[in-house]
Amino acid sequence: MTNYQQPNEHGHYGSFGGRYVPETLMPAVLELEKAYLEAKNDPAFTEAFDYYLKDYVGRETPLYFAERLTEKLGGPKIYLKREDLNHTGAHKINNALGQALLTKRMGKHKVVAETGAGQHGVATATACALLGLECVVFMGEEDIKRQKLNVFRMELLGAKVEPVTSGSCTLKDAVNEALRYWVSHVEDTHYIIGSVVGPHPFPMIVRDFQRMIGDETKQQYFDKTNSLPDALIACIGGGSNAMGMFYPFVDDASVQMYGVEAGGDGVATGKHAATLSTGTVGVLHGTMTYLLQDDAGQITEAHSISAGLDYPGIGPEHSHLKDTERVTYVSATDDEALEGLKLLSETEGIIPALESAHAIGYLPKLVKKFSKDQSIIVCLSGRGDKDVETVKAVLGGKVND
Amino acid sequence: MTKSYLEKHLNQVLEAGNKIFVPYIMAGDGGLDQLNEQIDFLREAGASAIEVGIPFSDPVADGDTIQQAGIRALREHVSLTAVLETLNQNKDREIPILLMTYMNPVVQYGVKAFARALTEANVSGVIVPDVPMEEEAVITDALKEEELAFIRLVALTSPKARREALKQRAEGFLYAVTVTGTTGERAVHKDEVQAFLTELKEGAPVPVLAGFGVSTPDQVKKLSQFGDGVIVGSRIVKAFHENDRPVIKTLIAAAFNS
Repeated sequence: MTNYQQPNEHGHYGSFGGRYVPETLMPAVLELEKAYLEAKNDPAFTEAFDYYLKDYVGRETPLYFAERLTEKLGGPKIYLKREDLNHTGAHKINNALGQALLTKRMGKHKVVAETGAGQHGVATATACALLGLECVVFMGEEDIKRQKLNVFRMELLGAKVEPVTSGSCTLKDAVNEALRYWVSHVEDTHYIIGSVVGPHPFPMIVRDFQRMIGDETKQQYFDKTNSLPDALIACIGGGSNAMGMFYPFVDDASVQMYGVEAGGDGVATGKHAATLSTGTVGVLHGTMTYLLQDDAGQITEAHSISAGLDYPGIGPEHSHLKDTERVTYVSATDDEALEGLKLLSETEGIIPALESAHAIGYLPKLVKKFSKDQSIIVCLSGRGDKDVETVKAVLGGKVND
Repeated sequence: MTKSYLEKHLNQVLEAGNKIFVPYIMAGDGGLDQLNEQIDFLREAGASAIEVGIPFSDPVADGDTIQQAGIRALREHVSLTAVLETLNQNKDREIPILLMTYMNPVVQYGVKAFARALTEANVSGVIVPDVPMEEEAVITDALKEEELAFIRLVALTSPKARREALKQRAEGFLYAVTVTGTTGERAVHKDEVQAFLTELKEGAPVPVLAGFGVSTPDQVKKLSQFGDGVIVGSRIVKAFHENDRPVIKTLIAAAFNS
């Protein structure tokens, strides 16, 4: 197998990706690419990033053998990559920190970000507080109602939370507003996008700032077993934790990879966020990728119990990995995710984020394809504290019914 | 009508000693049955060409006025297909029409089919605000085949080398974006706008039109002075929505003998 080299110099992943942005933003997008490529090769930058990742975020995160979960599922060995143990409770801080450092390096002192559930907003507000940057976070009015505590967290961290009242008032619309804000403040502001989406170079930068998930996993697994895992599984909204986990394994043909999208009420109902399973190709938020849309090219609303997966697009590199069949994309419904959340809580004493619970929720199906001497690594992208209220509302407090 | 028709038409305006005035309207705001009548009204009021906007669910280059107009149009189930059909019913309109659309509806329509449909509907070219120079091949090959104009936008943030490159590629007219931001009314423009327009005009193979944030007769006169004319969007959209047509006539009149 030839070495995987994506994206190309134009920011294209096969026929996906690119830079579909207004001309006003093009210079900023080009400047960012140049600054990033320089930073990437500057030991001072990577040392600073590594320093904060270790002493501030708490990396590396453990690769944990989930013995009771394995037993319960009765199949291959299940390992968890514990991104939930990062400072702020999810993998989002890795990228937020990397991009905040990049912001300073570019001589900008203001940051704009979008957030759905609030995890990326909190991570960005955190990185900005740490590095002394001004921070504005756009968040849909619906999401503000659903995630009051995260709004308060961001405000405690010194960020300004701007409610978004356009469209469906959720993540997609928050990205629109953040992009509009960036167009108007591009001279002194950097946009810290929260996933492997948006115009080039964002999908590449975010992937690179998340790839330590896969790099560490590969080393940790090798240290334990002297081999490669048989499969990786991660949940996908925009796809940053999955991309970070998958990327270092793309050339390892023996490692199967599974991305789990949010199936909402079920893919057949139309109320879901399963972009790769059911979407068609188009352009949204600066990139060519699979989208949920109607025949006329209007973007349709995504539905998921998990606000972090509630996005009608997907990172362009995932679209490429789907079409090249390197990664298998599947979906888990709201109910399966809730089952996954309960399963992990009860067997391992870990309450996963509802996003990550989609990966757990797909495990009962996946384990059937593997034997007991094989192994699957789950990217446990975040912890579930933020979702307890949502889960309680759905389960009505009767967890064991 | 082709690119050459557009260019010829715009040159005639300039040769007559007037400035070019291109109004933008949101197709289907108030119902698609209004579209051809609105076009006729704007032609009679003295518009040089008309930008017909296609509503899109996620218009990142647009400010509130055009966003709201788009939402109203989408509520009326206005689509690119429906707009092209409507334009087809009024092909002998004697004024160049340009479509302003985000890329995604065009991808769904099919780029080649889109270009053919434009020719069929007697449209002269397109403006696609989310397709910069780097990605334009995705659409320009098909447009070239039909001899349609791909109108390029130049921004205040575009560095000099980019401005030159865009100038060299220009077709129809050069769309000079005179604010660093989204569409919508602005009280004032930055001082650098004058130098920006003057620089673009120098050696430009096509007229240079100022757009974004142009909403008063004074701004029409002032910004036309340095370039070849203006594009007015949000203020026109608002006026049609409020059925305040005299405002439109006054705005267009400001481009005459200015």
